[in-house]
Amino acid sequence: MDTIYFDNNATTNIAPEVLNEMLPYLREFYGNPSSMHTFGGQLHRKIEEARQKVAKLIGAEPEEIIFTSCGTESDNAAIMSAAESFPNKRHIVTSRVEHPAVLNFCKHLARKGYRVTYIPVTKHGQINMDELLKALDEDTLIVSLMYANNETGVIFPIAEIVDFLKEKGILLHTDAVQAVGKVPIDISKMPVDMLSLSGHKLHAPKGVGALYVRKGTRFHPYIIGGHQEHGRRAGTENVASIAALGKACELAGENLYKEMQYLKGLRDKIENALLKLCPNTIINGDTNNRLPNTTNISFEYVEGEAILLRLNEFGICASSGSACTSGSLEPSHVLRAMGVPATAIHGSIRFSLSRYNTEAEVDKVIEVMPAIIKELRQFSPFGRDKQKTDSLSKN
Amino acid sequence: MWEYTDKVKEHFLHPKNIGEIENPDAVGDVGSIVCGDALRLYLRVDKDSGRIIDAKFQTFGCASAIASSSALTELIKGKNIDEALQITNQDIAEFLGGLPKEKMHCSVMGREALEAAVANYRGQPKVVEEEGRILCKCFNVTEEKIRKVAIENHITTVDEITDYTKAGGGCGECSGEIEAILRDIWSLKKPEKPAVQKKITNLQKIALIQEIIEREIRPGLQADSGDIELVDIDGNKVIVALRGMCTGCLMADVTIKGIQDKLKELVSEEIIVEAQ
Repeated sequence: MDTIYFDNNATTNIAPEVLNEMLPYLREFYGNPSSMHTFGGQLHRKIEEARQKVAKLIGAEPEEIIFTSCGTESDNAAIMSAAESFPNKRHIVTSRVEHPAVLNFCKHLARKGYRVTYIPVTKHGQINMDELLKALDEDTLIVSLMYANNETGVIFPIAEIVDFLKEKGILLHTDAVQAVGKVPIDISKMPVDMLSLSGHKLHAPKGVGALYVRKGTRFHPYIIGGHQEHGRRAGTENVASIAALGKACELAGENLYKEMQYLKGLRDKIENALLKLCPNTIINGDTNNRLPNTTNISFEYVEGEAILLRLNEFGICASSGSACTSGSLEPSHVLRAMGVPATAIHGSIRFSLSRYNTEAEVDKVIEVMPAIIKELRQFSPFGRDKQKTDSLSKN
Repeated sequence: MWEYTDKVKEHFLHPKNIGEIENPDAVGDVGSIVCGDALRLYLRVDKDSGRIIDAKFQTFGCASAIASSSALTELIKGKNIDEALQITNQDIAEFLGGLPKEKMHCSVMGREALEAAVANYRGQPKVVEEEGRILCKCFNVTEEKIRKVAIENHITTVDEITDYTKAGGGCGECSGEIEAILRDIWSLKKPEKPAVQKKITNLQKIALIQEIIEREIRPGLQADSGDIELVDIDGNKVIVALRGMCTGCLMADVTIKGIQDKLKELVSEEIIVEAQ
């Protein structure tokens, strides 16, 4: 059975070109870039080449890019650096729908005495700007807001927020792990102070990421040791993966607009078909400001894990915000923050696409999904009642 | 990804006895859509013999909730009401070849639906949930339920209570109170053998042995500057290593014998303890 992979916000396959780019550094070129000899030292050039490619994708200068081990490290490092650089400020602002890499790091700092404000979102998952502006004061150290949400794909208006914070002299970090390579980002037009990105979300391998730090922004290293990355991130460079990240960014940049059109076409096809074929179905999130590859659909009165395991029988990979899939007993904090009703929150399914998905795969999902939902609703004490009332109201 | 047994998968993909019974003799409703799982059990009972001649269910929930419901109906069909009430949540889990520990609450839900249906059959009012004090506000779990599940399943830690009842799995505010309840239960009476003296799963046995060694045995040895370490459990053979002052102690054999007696008393008569 072929795998139909619609879980690209979780992770992506390594692009073949990217794999080719990294293999020499796992085989013959195993040197240490810090070495004095040519064998190792020459790798330095490869790292700088990758740095340029990453910078180019987001409109940054190469020296503003620090390579890290993952998106989580980038997020942690950004917030920690702000805290270390401005020890007198003790207030952090973030949102209720952030990735755990930011959310739990903020909770960690709260236990250390920081004041943290979690800004609520609207029912469409959009940041509540009034609440954000109200939360800021002279003690505010940093605002950390995601560029695009991993569960719903909702894009925050970071450019607008930047303008406002600049006046107040507050740092802005954006977790753009889900956005980089999926939508155009131009740092030169949107002057955030720090931005996180991750390799494995854009067809590079797991275990590599980057943090953009605007020139002139005070920075304190999070991982301390050797002089790598100009002393901003110690640890021998992961050359193969850094080369891979460079290549992946280059690929993403080359075809960005064409891919966005392609993905939006596929995504809209799934969404429209399922809305039509499955009654009591809701799209979660601001459909006007959303990543083109993501859809988050709630199938009311059905439980998400059950849907996923049924899809799994057809080789289809997706994810859910239901409690049973979260690893805790609470359903998605993102959908809860949006006020999605309990009847819908447990039955939420996210399909996230990549350039490697095909229309035939989309058609397969459209073919199997309605029957799965119908059957599980027949299992459910709520689904049966609901379908009855629906058919009554239709007659 | 959950590690489900083939039996769980089978009862999830092809559940038995799904649907409604028209004019049932009893209905048991437990759970809610807010909490993420709910089960409605229908029974057809033969008035004269008290035998359950048909059982059907409808479940909103994950794969293990659907499989547990299916297992429950298979287990109770053909039994009379009193026999059916002997079925524990452990029986449901065992029928399925075991459940991931985080999913044990699905088997507990099955057992509760059975109790609710029997109460309904006997014309007893729906009480259970409202009666006790709600301890876990996130999942509406009463103190009474926590006590009951803890005793029936021989639970000694808050994490296990969460796995079995969900209590403490939300905001976590009640975990201190759950801990106090567990202390209260197990300080009054020593953790006794599971009420019904029947097969506990290997995993449960291992957990129980670890727990007893940690709580009942090591503190005493450590007080005398000794210690032991659990090395392995092979069936009923428990292998330990003596540490600290216990190493080479002339009384080591007596110590091992003492540990064995304790485990015989609390886990199983068949336990043998050996030093490595």
